[in-house]
Amino acid sequence: MKNAHELIEKNVGLLTILILVAISFGAMVQITPLMFQQQTMEPVKGLRPYTALELEGRDIYIREGCVGCHSQMIRPFRAETERYGHYSVAGESVWEHPFLWGSKRTGPDLARVGGRYSDEWHRVHLLNPRNVVPESNMPGFPWLAENTLDGELTAKKMEVFRGFGVPYTDEDIAGAKAAVKGKTEMQALIAYLQSLGTHLK
Amino acid sequence: MSMFWTIWISVITLGLIIGCYFLLRWCLSNKTGVAEGESMGHEFDGIEELNNQLPRWWTIMFYMTIVWGFLYLALYPGLGSYEGILGWKSSNQNIQSLEESAQARIDAKEQGYIVEYDRELDFAAEKFDPIFEAYAQVPVEELAKDPEANKVGQRLFLQNCSQCHGSDARGQNGGFPNLTDNDWLYGSSGAKIVETLTLGRKAAMPAWLDAMGEDGIEEVVNYVLSLSGRDVDPQLAEAGKARFAVCAACHGMDGKGNQALGAPNLTDNIWLYGGSHRAVTETLTYGRNGVMPSFKKTLGDDKIHVVAAYVYSLSND
Repeated sequence: MKNAHELIEKNVGLLTILILVAISFGAMVQITPLMFQQQTMEPVKGLRPYTALELEGRDIYIREGCVGCHSQMIRPFRAETERYGHYSVAGESVWEHPFLWGSKRTGPDLARVGGRYSDEWHRVHLLNPRNVVPESNMPGFPWLAENTLDGELTAKKMEVFRGFGVPYTDEDIAGAKAAVKGKTEMQALIAYLQSLGTHLK
Repeated sequence: MSMFWTIWISVITLGLIIGCYFLLRWCLSNKTGVAEGESMGHEFDGIEELNNQLPRWWTIMFYMTIVWGFLYLALYPGLGSYEGILGWKSSNQNIQSLEESAQARIDAKEQGYIVEYDRELDFAAEKFDPIFEAYAQVPVEELAKDPEANKVGQRLFLQNCSQCHGSDARGQNGGFPNLTDNDWLYGSSGAKIVETLTLGRKAAMPAWLDAMGEDGIEEVVNYVLSLSGRDVDPQLAEAGKARFAVCAACHGMDGKGNQALGAPNLTDNIWLYGGSHRAVTETLTYGRNGVMPSFKKTLGDDKIHVVAAYVYSLSND
Protein backbone atom coordinates (compact mmCIF):
# COMPACT_ATOMS: atom_id res chain seq x y z
CA MET A 1 0.00 0.00 0.00
CA LYS A 2 1.59 3.19 -1.15
CA ASN A 3 -0.27 5.75 0.93
CA ALA A 4 -2.60 4.11 3.40
CA HIS A 5 -3.25 7.30 5.26
CA GLU A 6 -4.62 8.94 2.16
CA LEU A 7 -7.25 6.21 2.02
CA ILE A 8 -8.63 7.33 5.42
CA GLU A 9 -8.36 11.00 4.60
CA LYS A 10 -10.41 10.64 1.46
CA ASN A 11 -13.06 8.24 2.77
CA VAL A 12 -15.37 9.80 5.38
CA GLY A 13 -17.25 6.56 6.05
CA LEU A 14 -14.07 4.69 6.85
CA LEU A 15 -12.84 7.60 8.97
CA THR A 16 -16.10 7.55 10.98
CA ILE A 17 -15.87 3.81 11.59
CA LEU A 18 -12.26 4.01 12.70
CA ILE A 19 -13.03 6.93 15.05
CA LEU A 20 -15.84 4.88 16.64
CA VAL A 21 -13.46 1.96 17.07
CA ALA A 22 -10.89 4.24 18.72
CA ILE A 23 -13.47 5.73 21.11
CA SER A 24 -14.93 2.34 21.99
CA PHE A 25 -11.57 1.27 23.43
CA GLY A 26 -12.10 3.92 26.11
CA ALA A 27 -15.57 2.61 26.87
CA MET A 28 -14.29 -0.96 27.01
CA VAL A 29 -11.80 0.00 29.70
CA GLN A 30 -13.80 2.60 31.63
CA ILE A 31 -17.42 1.48 31.44
CA THR A 32 -17.66 -2.25 30.74
CA PRO A 33 -15.84 -3.48 33.90
CA LEU A 34 -18.04 -1.27 36.13
CA MET A 35 -21.12 -3.16 35.00
CA PHE A 36 -19.73 -6.32 36.52
CA GLN A 37 -18.31 -4.84 39.71
CA GLN A 38 -19.65 -5.87 43.08
CA GLN A 39 -19.07 -2.37 44.43
CA THR A 40 -21.41 -0.70 41.95
CA MET A 41 -24.18 -3.25 42.38
CA GLU A 42 -24.31 -3.73 46.15
CA PRO A 43 -26.74 -1.44 47.99
CA VAL A 44 -25.62 0.38 51.13
CA LYS A 45 -26.89 -1.26 54.31
CA GLY A 46 -29.75 1.15 54.99
CA LEU A 47 -31.04 1.36 51.41
CA ARG A 48 -34.75 0.83 50.84
CA PRO A 49 -36.71 1.30 47.61
CA TYR A 50 -38.66 4.52 47.15
CA THR A 51 -42.21 4.38 48.50
CA ALA A 52 -44.99 4.82 45.95
CA LEU A 53 -45.35 8.49 46.87
CA GLU A 54 -41.60 9.11 46.71
CA LEU A 55 -41.43 7.39 43.36
CA GLU A 56 -44.12 9.72 41.98
CA GLY A 57 -42.22 12.64 43.51
CA ARG A 58 -39.11 11.52 41.70
CA ASP A 59 -40.97 11.60 38.41
CA ILE A 60 -42.11 15.15 39.17
CA TYR A 61 -38.51 16.04 39.96
CA ILE A 62 -37.61 14.74 36.51
CA ARG A 63 -40.59 16.40 34.80
CA GLU A 64 -39.86 19.83 36.25
CA GLY A 65 -36.22 19.59 35.22
CA CYS A 66 -34.81 19.98 38.73
CA VAL A 67 -31.79 17.98 37.63
CA GLY A 68 -30.86 20.85 35.30
CA CYS A 69 -29.89 23.06 38.25
CA HIS A 70 -29.40 20.63 41.14
CA SER A 71 -26.86 17.84 41.24
CA GLN A 72 -27.24 14.78 43.49
CA MET A 73 -23.59 13.88 43.79
CA ILE A 74 -21.42 14.99 46.69
CA ARG A 75 -17.81 14.63 45.66
CA PRO A 76 -15.13 13.60 48.15
CA PHE A 77 -13.83 17.11 48.81
CA ARG A 78 -13.96 18.71 52.22
CA ALA A 79 -15.43 21.87 50.69
CA GLU A 80 -18.45 19.81 49.67
CA THR A 81 -18.79 17.43 52.60
CA GLU A 82 -18.68 20.32 55.12
CA ARG A 83 -21.73 21.74 53.43
CA TYR A 84 -23.66 18.71 52.23
CA GLY A 85 -22.58 15.77 54.37
CA HIS A 86 -20.78 12.50 53.63
CA TYR A 87 -19.73 12.10 50.01
CA SER A 88 -21.97 10.01 47.80
CA VAL A 89 -21.07 6.34 47.36
CA ALA A 90 -21.92 3.88 44.63
CA GLY A 91 -24.12 1.72 46.85
CA GLU A 92 -26.64 4.54 47.26
CA SER A 93 -27.44 4.68 43.55
CA VAL A 94 -27.88 1.01 42.71
CA TRP A 95 -31.66 1.29 42.41
CA GLU A 96 -31.66 4.59 40.53
CA HIS A 97 -32.97 4.25 36.97
CA PRO A 98 -31.93 6.58 35.54
CA PHE A 99 -29.62 8.16 38.11
CA LEU A 100 -30.10 11.89 38.70
CA TRP A 101 -26.53 12.81 39.63
CA GLY A 102 -26.67 15.82 37.33
CA SER A 103 -23.69 17.90 36.34
CA LYS A 104 -24.85 21.45 36.95
CA ARG A 105 -25.14 23.32 40.21
CA THR A 106 -27.04 26.52 39.79
CA GLY A 107 -28.67 25.60 43.08
CA PRO A 108 -27.13 23.50 45.84
CA ASP A 109 -26.51 19.76 45.67
CA LEU A 110 -29.51 17.77 46.90
CA ALA A 111 -27.93 14.35 47.42
CA ARG A 112 -28.49 14.62 51.21
CA VAL A 113 -31.22 17.21 51.47
CA GLY A 114 -33.51 14.69 53.22
CA GLY A 115 -34.29 15.85 56.76
CA ARG A 116 -32.33 19.03 56.30
CA TYR A 117 -35.44 21.22 56.22
CA SER A 118 -38.98 20.74 57.50
CA ASP A 119 -41.81 19.69 55.18
CA GLU A 120 -43.36 23.08 55.75
CA TRP A 121 -40.17 24.82 54.64
CA HIS A 122 -40.18 22.80 51.42
CA ARG A 123 -43.83 23.69 50.81
CA VAL A 124 -43.28 27.42 51.27
CA HIS A 125 -40.02 27.26 49.34
CA LEU A 126 -41.49 25.41 46.37
CA LEU A 127 -44.44 27.80 46.13
CA ASN A 128 -42.09 30.74 45.95
CA PRO A 129 -38.47 30.31 47.04
CA ARG A 130 -38.13 34.00 47.85
CA ASN A 131 -40.64 33.64 50.67
CA VAL A 132 -37.93 31.98 52.71
CA VAL A 133 -34.70 32.78 50.86
CA PRO A 134 -34.90 36.35 49.49
CA GLU A 135 -31.60 35.91 47.62
CA SER A 136 -32.81 32.83 45.71
CA ASN A 137 -33.08 32.78 41.93
CA MET A 138 -34.97 29.48 41.83
CA PRO A 139 -38.34 29.62 40.08
CA GLY A 140 -41.52 28.92 42.04
CA PHE A 141 -43.59 25.81 41.34
CA PRO A 142 -47.03 26.81 42.65
CA TRP A 143 -48.95 24.40 40.41
CA LEU A 144 -47.53 21.44 42.33
CA ALA A 145 -49.87 22.27 45.20
CA GLU A 146 -52.88 22.28 42.89
CA ASN A 147 -52.26 19.13 40.83
CA THR A 148 -53.34 15.89 42.43
CA LEU A 149 -52.12 12.43 41.55
CA ASP A 150 -54.49 9.71 40.39
CA GLY A 151 -51.99 6.87 40.85
CA GLU A 152 -53.08 5.13 37.65
CA LEU A 153 -49.53 4.35 36.55
CA THR A 154 -47.79 4.08 39.91
CA ALA A 155 -48.08 0.30 40.18
CA LYS A 156 -46.87 -0.12 36.62
CA LYS A 157 -43.86 2.06 37.29
CA MET A 158 -43.00 -0.03 40.32
CA GLU A 159 -43.27 -3.20 38.26
CA VAL A 160 -40.86 -1.74 35.72
CA PHE A 161 -38.45 -0.90 38.52
CA ARG A 162 -38.81 -4.42 39.87
CA GLY A 163 -37.70 -5.59 36.44
CA PHE A 164 -34.52 -3.57 36.99
CA GLY A 165 -33.90 -5.46 40.22
CA VAL A 166 -35.46 -3.06 42.74
CA PRO A 167 -36.94 -5.29 45.47
CA TYR A 168 -40.57 -4.15 45.45
CA THR A 169 -42.90 -6.70 47.00
CA ASP A 170 -46.30 -7.65 45.57
CA GLU A 171 -47.86 -5.80 48.51
CA ASP A 172 -45.96 -2.61 47.64
CA ILE A 173 -47.27 -2.77 44.12
CA ALA A 174 -50.81 -3.68 45.12
CA GLY A 175 -51.00 -0.76 47.55
CA ALA A 176 -49.31 1.74 45.23
CA LYS A 177 -52.40 3.37 43.82
CA ALA A 178 -54.07 3.82 47.18
CA ALA A 179 -50.87 5.28 48.61
CA VAL A 180 -50.67 8.15 46.12
CA LYS A 181 -54.25 8.74 44.98
CA GLY A 182 -55.49 12.18 45.96
CA LYS A 183 -52.09 13.37 47.19
CA THR A 184 -50.80 16.57 45.61
CA GLU A 185 -47.71 16.64 43.45
CA MET A 186 -46.25 18.92 46.12
CA GLN A 187 -46.63 16.21 48.76
CA ALA A 188 -45.05 13.64 46.47
CA LEU A 189 -42.08 15.84 45.62
CA ILE A 190 -41.50 16.74 49.27
CA ALA A 191 -41.67 13.07 50.25
CA TYR A 192 -39.06 12.33 47.60
CA LEU A 193 -36.79 15.19 48.68
CA GLN A 194 -37.05 14.19 52.35
CA SER A 195 -35.82 10.68 51.47
CA LEU A 196 -32.73 11.81 49.60
CA GLY A 197 -29.43 10.70 51.06
CA THR A 198 -30.92 9.38 54.28
CA HIS A 199 -30.05 5.74 53.61
CA LEU A 200 -26.34 5.89 54.30
CA LYS A 201 -26.42 5.45 58.06
CA MET B 1 -12.15 -6.26 40.96
CA SER B 2 -11.67 -9.72 39.59
CA MET B 3 -8.50 -10.92 37.90
CA PHE B 4 -10.27 -11.14 34.57
CA TRP B 5 -11.16 -7.45 34.50
CA THR B 6 -7.75 -6.43 35.72
CA ILE B 7 -6.16 -8.29 32.83
CA TRP B 8 -8.79 -6.94 30.44
CA ILE B 9 -8.08 -3.34 31.44
CA SER B 10 -4.31 -3.78 31.57
CA VAL B 11 -4.01 -5.45 28.20
CA ILE B 12 -6.16 -2.90 26.40
CA THR B 13 -4.65 0.13 28.14
CA LEU B 14 -0.99 -0.86 27.85
CA GLY B 15 -1.56 -2.29 24.38
CA LEU B 16 -3.03 1.01 23.22
CA ILE B 17 -0.14 3.05 24.60
CA ILE B 18 2.36 0.77 22.89
CA GLY B 19 0.16 0.93 19.80
CA CYS B 20 0.37 4.73 19.90
CA TYR B 21 4.15 4.46 19.86
CA PHE B 22 4.14 2.30 16.74
CA LEU B 23 1.51 4.48 15.09
CA LEU B 24 3.73 7.50 15.66
CA ARG B 25 6.78 5.69 14.28
CA TRP B 26 4.79 4.62 11.27
CA CYS B 27 3.55 8.15 10.63
CA LEU B 28 7.08 9.49 10.81
CA SER B 29 8.28 7.49 7.81
CA ASN B 30 7.59 8.75 4.32
CA LYS B 31 5.11 6.53 2.50
CA THR B 32 3.69 8.97 0.04
CA GLY B 33 6.08 8.41 -2.80
CA VAL B 34 6.78 12.11 -2.83
CA ALA B 35 10.18 13.40 -1.83
CA GLU B 36 10.37 15.35 1.39
CA GLY B 37 9.59 19.03 0.99
CA GLU B 38 8.03 18.51 -2.43
CA SER B 39 4.43 19.26 -3.35
CA MET B 40 1.79 16.63 -2.74
CA GLY B 41 0.08 17.81 -5.86
CA HIS B 42 -2.79 19.80 -4.40
CA GLU B 43 -2.88 23.46 -5.07
CA PHE B 44 -5.50 26.03 -4.32
CA ASP B 45 -5.06 29.73 -4.99
CA GLY B 46 -1.34 29.27 -4.93
CA ILE B 47 -1.38 27.45 -1.60
CA GLU B 48 0.28 24.06 -1.87
CA GLU B 49 0.40 21.10 0.46
CA LEU B 50 4.00 20.03 0.83
CA ASN B 51 5.10 16.64 2.08
CA ASN B 52 6.65 17.71 5.37
CA GLN B 53 7.60 15.62 8.40
CA LEU B 54 5.62 15.96 11.60
CA PRO B 55 7.16 18.87 13.55
CA ARG B 56 9.97 17.70 15.80
CA TRP B 57 8.76 19.53 18.93
CA TRP B 58 5.35 17.93 18.49
CA THR B 59 6.86 14.49 18.00
CA ILE B 60 8.95 14.85 21.14
CA MET B 61 5.91 15.86 23.13
CA PHE B 62 4.07 12.81 21.83
CA TYR B 63 6.89 10.58 23.08
CA MET B 64 6.75 12.38 26.41
CA THR B 65 3.04 11.67 26.81
CA ILE B 66 3.77 7.98 26.22
CA VAL B 67 6.43 7.99 28.94
CA TRP B 68 4.06 9.95 31.21
CA GLY B 69 1.33 7.39 30.57
CA PHE B 70 3.52 4.52 31.77
CA LEU B 71 4.73 6.52 34.78
CA TYR B 72 1.20 7.45 35.78
CA LEU B 73 -0.05 3.88 35.49
CA ALA B 74 2.88 2.70 37.63
CA LEU B 75 2.31 5.30 40.38
CA TYR B 76 -1.48 5.52 40.53
CA PRO B 77 -4.30 2.96 40.51
CA GLY B 78 -5.19 2.87 36.83
CA LEU B 79 -4.96 -0.79 35.92
CA GLY B 80 -7.82 -2.73 37.48
CA SER B 81 -7.09 -3.85 41.00
CA TYR B 82 -3.42 -2.77 40.83
CA GLU B 83 -3.07 -0.11 43.51
CA GLY B 84 -0.05 1.82 42.27
CA ILE B 85 3.34 2.37 43.88
CA LEU B 86 2.16 5.44 45.82
CA GLY B 87 -0.82 3.68 47.42
CA TRP B 88 -2.96 6.68 46.50
CA LYS B 89 -6.78 6.76 46.57
CA SER B 90 -9.14 9.67 46.13
CA SER B 91 -11.56 8.44 48.78
CA ASN B 92 -12.80 5.29 50.48
CA GLN B 93 -15.59 4.48 48.06
CA ASN B 94 -16.17 0.87 48.93
CA ILE B 95 -18.30 1.45 52.03
CA GLN B 96 -21.82 0.41 52.96
CA SER B 97 -22.46 2.55 56.04
CA LEU B 98 -21.13 5.60 57.92
CA GLU B 99 -19.58 3.23 60.43
CA GLU B 100 -17.66 1.48 57.67
CA SER B 101 -16.62 4.86 56.35
CA ALA B 102 -15.04 5.79 59.68
CA GLN B 103 -13.42 2.36 59.91
CA ALA B 104 -12.10 2.59 56.36
CA ARG B 105 -10.38 5.82 57.27
CA ILE B 106 -8.60 4.19 60.19
CA ASP B 107 -7.71 1.09 58.18
CA ALA B 108 -6.32 3.10 55.28
CA LYS B 109 -4.08 5.00 57.65
CA GLU B 110 -2.80 1.80 59.26
CA GLN B 111 -2.11 0.22 55.90
CA GLY B 112 -0.20 3.28 54.73
CA TYR B 113 -2.51 4.41 51.93
CA ILE B 114 -2.64 8.03 50.90
CA VAL B 115 -6.35 8.82 50.79
CA GLU B 116 -6.66 12.28 49.31
CA TYR B 117 -9.96 13.09 50.99
CA ASP B 118 -8.83 11.86 54.41
CA ARG B 119 -5.64 13.86 54.05
CA GLU B 120 -7.71 16.97 53.35
CA LEU B 121 -9.72 16.32 56.51
CA ASP B 122 -6.55 15.78 58.54
CA PHE B 123 -5.05 19.06 57.35
CA ALA B 124 -8.25 20.87 58.25
CA ALA B 125 -8.49 19.14 61.63
CA GLU B 126 -4.94 20.13 62.48
CA LYS B 127 -5.63 23.73 61.54
CA PHE B 128 -9.16 24.27 62.84
CA ASP B 129 -9.76 21.76 65.65
CA PRO B 130 -7.63 23.67 68.18
CA ILE B 131 -9.62 26.82 67.43
CA PHE B 132 -12.98 25.12 67.91
CA GLU B 133 -11.73 23.27 70.98
CA ALA B 134 -10.63 26.56 72.55
CA TYR B 135 -14.04 28.08 71.77
CA ALA B 136 -15.76 25.06 73.31
CA GLN B 137 -14.10 25.87 76.65
CA VAL B 138 -15.73 29.32 76.77
CA PRO B 139 -19.39 29.50 77.84
CA VAL B 140 -21.76 30.52 75.05
CA GLU B 141 -22.65 33.80 76.80
CA GLU B 142 -18.96 34.77 77.02
CA LEU B 143 -18.06 33.56 73.55
CA ALA B 144 -20.83 35.77 72.13
CA LYS B 145 -18.66 38.78 72.99
CA ASP B 146 -15.71 37.48 70.92
CA PRO B 147 -15.80 39.18 67.50
CA GLU B 148 -13.57 36.52 65.90
CA ALA B 149 -15.80 33.70 67.12
CA ASN B 150 -18.86 35.57 65.90
CA LYS B 151 -17.35 35.84 62.44
CA VAL B 152 -16.90 32.07 62.39
CA GLY B 153 -20.38 31.61 63.80
CA GLN B 154 -21.89 33.89 61.18
CA ARG B 155 -20.23 31.91 58.38
CA LEU B 156 -21.69 28.70 59.73
CA PHE B 157 -25.04 30.40 60.20
CA LEU B 158 -25.16 31.63 56.61
CA GLN B 159 -24.28 28.17 55.36
CA ASN B 160 -26.68 26.18 57.51
CA CYS B 161 -29.35 28.37 59.08
CA SER B 162 -30.05 31.26 56.71
CA GLN B 163 -32.28 29.16 54.45
CA CYS B 164 -35.01 29.39 57.09
CA HIS B 165 -34.00 32.20 59.42
CA GLY B 166 -32.72 34.52 56.68
CA SER B 167 -29.20 35.77 56.07
CA ASP B 168 -29.93 38.64 58.48
CA ALA B 169 -31.34 36.15 61.03
CA ARG B 170 -34.61 38.08 61.12
CA GLY B 171 -36.61 35.01 60.16
CA GLN B 172 -39.53 34.73 57.79
CA ASN B 173 -43.24 34.76 58.27
CA GLY B 174 -44.60 31.23 58.24
CA GLY B 175 -42.94 29.74 61.28
CA PHE B 176 -39.30 30.71 60.89
CA PRO B 177 -38.50 32.76 63.97
CA ASN B 178 -36.65 36.03 64.08
CA LEU B 179 -33.47 35.41 66.09
CA THR B 180 -32.55 39.02 66.70
CA ASP B 181 -35.50 40.26 68.77
CA ASN B 182 -34.71 38.68 72.14
CA ASP B 183 -38.04 36.86 72.06
CA TRP B 184 -37.44 33.17 72.69
CA LEU B 185 -39.66 30.17 72.20
CA TYR B 186 -37.52 27.61 74.01
CA GLY B 187 -35.34 29.75 76.25
CA SER B 188 -32.67 32.39 75.85
CA SER B 189 -29.76 30.86 77.75
CA GLY B 190 -26.73 29.59 75.88
CA ALA B 191 -27.48 26.08 77.07
CA LYS B 192 -31.04 26.24 75.68
CA ILE B 193 -29.86 27.52 72.31
CA VAL B 194 -27.30 24.71 72.14
CA GLU B 195 -30.07 22.26 73.02
CA THR B 196 -32.30 23.61 70.25
CA LEU B 197 -29.51 23.30 67.71
CA THR B 198 -28.41 19.87 68.86
CA LEU B 199 -31.73 18.07 69.24
CA GLY B 200 -33.96 20.18 67.03
CA ARG B 201 -37.50 21.17 68.06
CA LYS B 202 -40.93 19.99 67.12
CA ALA B 203 -43.74 22.39 67.90
CA ALA B 204 -47.30 21.12 68.03
CA MET B 205 -50.13 23.62 67.99
CA PRO B 206 -53.27 21.47 67.66
CA ALA B 207 -56.10 22.25 65.26
CA TRP B 208 -59.16 23.55 67.12
CA LEU B 209 -61.78 23.50 64.39
CA ASP B 210 -63.43 20.31 65.63
CA ALA B 211 -63.33 21.21 69.30
CA MET B 212 -64.35 24.87 69.09
CA GLY B 213 -66.20 25.28 65.81
CA GLU B 214 -65.84 28.34 63.65
CA ASP B 215 -67.70 30.60 66.01
CA GLY B 216 -65.67 29.49 68.98
CA ILE B 217 -62.46 30.11 67.06
CA GLU B 218 -63.65 33.60 66.14
CA GLU B 219 -64.17 34.34 69.83
CA VAL B 220 -60.76 33.04 70.85
CA VAL B 221 -59.08 34.97 68.02
CA ASN B 222 -60.64 38.16 69.33
CA TYR B 223 -59.44 37.42 72.84
CA VAL B 224 -55.92 36.49 71.71
CA LEU B 225 -55.59 39.67 69.67
CA SER B 226 -56.77 41.70 72.65
CA LEU B 227 -53.83 40.35 74.68
CA SER B 228 -51.41 42.39 72.60
CA GLY B 229 -53.61 45.47 72.80
CA ARG B 230 -55.39 45.19 69.48
CA ASP B 231 -58.85 46.61 68.80
CA VAL B 232 -61.32 43.74 69.02
CA ASP B 233 -65.00 43.12 69.54
CA PRO B 234 -65.21 43.20 73.37
CA GLN B 235 -68.15 40.81 73.54
CA LEU B 236 -66.48 38.19 71.40
CA ALA B 237 -63.24 38.64 73.31
CA GLU B 238 -65.06 38.15 76.60
CA ALA B 239 -66.55 34.90 75.28
CA GLY B 240 -63.12 33.90 73.97
CA LYS B 241 -61.60 34.43 77.39
CA ALA B 242 -63.83 31.71 78.77
CA ARG B 243 -62.67 29.34 76.06
CA PHE B 244 -59.02 30.28 76.58
CA ALA B 245 -58.70 27.85 79.49
CA VAL B 246 -57.77 25.03 77.10
CA CYS B 247 -55.17 27.30 75.45
CA ALA B 248 -53.78 28.18 78.87
CA ALA B 249 -52.53 24.63 79.30
CA CYS B 250 -49.62 25.58 77.05
CA HIS B 251 -49.75 29.36 76.68
CA GLY B 252 -50.44 30.04 80.37
CA MET B 253 -53.44 31.73 81.95
CA ASP B 254 -51.94 35.13 81.21
CA GLY B 255 -51.05 34.09 77.62
CA LYS B 256 -47.38 34.74 78.19
CA GLY B 257 -46.40 31.35 76.86
CA ASN B 258 -44.26 28.56 78.26
CA GLN B 259 -40.68 28.05 77.17
CA ALA B 260 -40.59 24.49 78.47
CA LEU B 261 -43.13 23.60 75.77
CA GLY B 262 -42.09 26.16 73.19
CA ALA B 263 -45.51 27.79 73.49
CA PRO B 264 -45.22 31.37 72.23
CA ASN B 265 -45.99 34.44 74.27
CA LEU B 266 -49.28 35.78 72.86
CA THR B 267 -49.08 39.18 74.52
CA ASP B 268 -46.02 40.68 72.87
CA ASN B 269 -47.26 41.35 69.32
CA ILE B 270 -44.49 39.14 67.87
CA TRP B 271 -46.08 36.62 65.53
CA LEU B 272 -44.55 33.46 64.15
CA TYR B 273 -47.25 32.87 61.54
CA GLY B 274 -48.55 36.39 61.12
CA GLY B 275 -50.62 38.56 63.45
CA SER B 276 -53.46 39.45 61.12
CA HIS B 277 -56.96 38.41 62.12
CA ARG B 278 -56.94 35.98 59.23
CA ALA B 279 -53.55 34.45 60.05
CA VAL B 280 -54.41 33.88 63.70
CA THR B 281 -57.72 32.32 62.64
CA GLU B 282 -55.84 29.97 60.34
CA THR B 283 -53.44 29.02 63.12
CA LEU B 284 -56.27 28.16 65.45
CA THR B 285 -58.34 26.37 62.82
CA TYR B 286 -55.72 24.10 61.33
CA GLY B 287 -52.96 24.13 63.93
CA ARG B 288 -49.25 24.62 63.30
CA ASN B 289 -46.37 22.19 63.38
CA GLY B 290 -43.12 24.08 63.26
CA VAL B 291 -39.96 22.01 62.94
CA MET B 292 -36.42 22.97 63.76
CA PRO B 293 -34.15 20.19 62.41
CA SER B 294 -31.36 18.74 64.50
CA PHE B 295 -27.89 19.90 63.48
CA LYS B 296 -25.89 17.46 65.55
CA LYS B 297 -24.93 15.34 62.57
CA THR B 298 -24.33 18.24 60.21
CA LEU B 299 -22.30 20.50 62.48
CA GLY B 300 -21.13 18.51 65.49
CA ASP B 301 -20.95 19.79 69.06
CA ASP B 302 -18.06 22.22 68.71
CA LYS B 303 -19.50 24.08 65.76
CA ILE B 304 -22.96 24.15 67.32
CA HIS B 305 -21.35 25.87 70.28
CA VAL B 306 -19.97 28.64 68.04
CA VAL B 307 -23.24 29.05 66.12
CA ALA B 308 -25.13 29.23 69.42
CA ALA B 309 -22.79 32.01 70.55
CA TYR B 310 -23.43 33.92 67.34
CA VAL B 311 -27.20 33.54 67.72
CA TYR B 312 -26.94 34.60 71.35
CA SER B 313 -24.96 37.68 70.34
CA LEU B 314 -27.74 38.80 67.98
CA SER B 315 -30.08 39.48 70.87
CA ASN B 316 -27.51 40.40 73.51
CA ASP B 317 -25.16 43.07 72.22
